Amino acid sequence: MSAAVDTDTPLVEVRDLVKHFAPGGGLIAPRNAGAVRAVDGISFAIGRGETLGLVGESGCGKSTTARLLMRLLDATSGQIFFEGQDITRLKGPRLKAIRRQAQMIFQDPYSSLNPRKTVGSIIAEPFAIHGLHRDRGERKREVQQLMETVGLNPEHYNRYPHEFSGGQRQRIGVARALALRPKLLIADEPVSALDVSIQAQVLNLLRNLQRSLGLTVVLIAHDLSVVRHMCDRVAVMYLGKIVEIGPNEPLYGSPCHPYTGALLSAVPVPDPSLHGRPRRLLGGDPPSPANPPSGCSFHTRCPKAAELCSAQEPMLEPKGSGTDVACHYPLSGEEREAMGVGSSAI
Amino acid sequence: MSWAPAAPLGADVLVPPSADVEARSPLQLFWRRFRRDRLAVASLFVVVALIVVAIAAPLIVDVLGLPGPDVQNLNLTNYFGGPLGPSWSHPFGVDKLGEDVMSRVIYGARVSLEVGIIGTLVSTVIGVTLGMLAGFYRGWVDTLLARTMDVFLSIPILLLGLGIGAACAVRGCAAGLIQPGLGVIIFLIAIATWPFQARIVRGLVLSLREQEFIDASRALGASDMRLMFREILPNLSAPIIVYATLQIPLNILFEAALSYLGIGIRPPTPSWGQMIADATPIFNTAWWYMVFPGAALLVTVLAFNLLGDGLRDALNPRGAR
Ligand SMILES: Nc1ncnc2c1ncn2[C@@H]1O[C@H](COP(=O)(O)OP(=O)(O)OP(=O)(O)O)[C@@H](O)[C@H]1O
Ligand SMILES: [Mg+2]
Repeated sequence: MSAAVDTDTPLVEVRDLVKHFAPGGGLIAPRNAGAVRAVDGISFAIGRGETLGLVGESGCGKSTTARLLMRLLDATSGQIFFEGQDITRLKGPRLKAIRRQAQMIFQDPYSSLNPRKTVGSIIAEPFAIHGLHRDRGERKREVQQLMETVGLNPEHYNRYPHEFSGGQRQRIGVARALALRPKLLIADEPVSALDVSIQAQVLNLLRNLQRSLGLTVVLIAHDLSVVRHMCDRVAVMYLGKIVEIGPNEPLYGSPCHPYTGALLSAVPVPDPSLHGRPRRLLGGDPPSPANPPSGCSFHTRCPKAAELCSAQEPMLEPKGSGTDVACHYPLSGEEREAMGVGSSAI
Repeated sequence: MSWAPAAPLGADVLVPPSADVEARSPLQLFWRRFRRDRLAVASLFVVVALIVVAIAAPLIVDVLGLPGPDVQNLNLTNYFGGPLGPSWSHPFGVDKLGEDVMSRVIYGARVSLEVGIIGTLVSTVIGVTLGMLAGFYRGWVDTLLARTMDVFLSIPILLLGLGIGAACAVRGCAAGLIQPGLGVIIFLIAIATWPFQARIVRGLVLSLREQEFIDASRALGASDMRLMFREILPNLSAPIIVYATLQIPLNILFEAALSYLGIGIRPPTPSWGQMIADATPIFNTAWWYMVFPGAALLVTVLAFNLLGDGLRDALNPRGAR
């Protein structure tokens, strides 16, 4: 059970993870059709020191996945392994021990900090919970060092969250998450609530911390451009499922799933000379996760949809381009070019 | 702001404009905000003064050279047995037994504050604890509390009071836990008012528990107790304080009603409510007997209300002013 940590096992592995929310917010999710299938059978692994991007439209189940990994929600079925240990149903002190290894940065910098507590006590909370740095002076030093690490003025120890800007608040969240020196850091859309001018600063901070601390990171975003420069691998989610997952280069260079292609062509183009190229934006809204389409759940919005797509669900498997794709008819080179995505366009 | 020698200019520029370098403790921050609110400070003085009066009642009465609150002197009633009005030796006049009204008003502060504060404390502790459990755990805990509240809210509290008052008047009941007088009143207040506090707290907790900072603490490994008492409870302090401050004068009035019905404070122990009740039939001839305890009641009620408002404003870091 407690064998020496094998460096070959991935830090995190997820097998067939499912989270259904029962209609009406009940505690037990029935298997009937009314349940919201927020996460509907996903599997992936994250290697040590790796940064995985998790991308998809609003409501596709990114936050739910993060909360499942953090054990803030209980999975309906499936398994989560942390360093080879099944943590899916862990409870009590053993769960608390795992919590020291995995931390999360939240989406909303306003509701993720307790408005009644000072920044100092917010960042010191992990120490209080785990009984670390019991000496007051030492605890304060640790907290101020953390504040410095994330680019906050340590003098602002006694301030309340409302005295800080959104970007600074997100830094406070980062400091709190790093206090226990976790191995895994999950960042749930850490910059989507921030001004564009601040976003790069916070992302750079995360990247620098990832490198200097050797963190394993899951970076969640709703567009592919945010994760591009930070991630080693990217997983694209649609309606609770992973539709394409693979290393950075093939995923951005030769996306295979039409949904990945559509997301990439929706990425804002910084070079004005490229503005004239054909743009494909996704039409319409994603279907409701309470009643997902049959077969491939993307077929209702897919330009390539054929009969097979509504009849049979595609498996997530390699299609020769370097990524795993869940699609019966992956994009060809010409189609990518027509969409203005892939390495030829960039 | 910075006297710190050789502080690099760059570092100062990074600090947002509102910054001052000196760190302030939360209590200092609260006091700084509270101090600016003159009405609140004034009401705090009144409340503190009332508490001092209540505690030091015998001393004060002594210093003022007044007779004790239960010293009857029928010489002080007039020819028709009516009480005499204010005079130098009895500034608030006397009542129909010849007892000094000022002395009784001073001693009355004891009962009023005891009932107001202890009654509120008991019902707040019960209401907050049960409301928090229901809002936090939801499910069957919530259902159980909802049904229990329904039961308690359907108790006809005055009738129960009459019953208990009669049953406990002599020896106390519930194995001596409920003593006649103050004990009965506090017991009745607690069972009559906790459901309101529980309901308010439950609603607040239902929305607070969905905040991401709760998830953040949970992710850090915080226990349910810690989440409830360290994360959620501080966010409830302002509404609880405001509600409790409004509850105190209501309890004082409740005590008056019970004392009027003969369940509450029995003479010779003075209480403002009981004095007002006694004064009602003779108000036309002995206005002082109702006006002075009434004024004491009014000042007390007002002071607690203003104090509550001031605390609310000062405890709220996002304070509007
Ligand atoms: N506690 C809950 N009860 C019921 N349904 C929920 C709950 N939490 C999430 N959902 C539903 O599950 C689906 C996935 O939600 P999730 O928050 O994971 O999406 P997301 O990808 O993080 O979206 P966003 O980009 O808006 O944050 C949504 O349809 C949402 O309405
Ligand atoms: Mg989300």
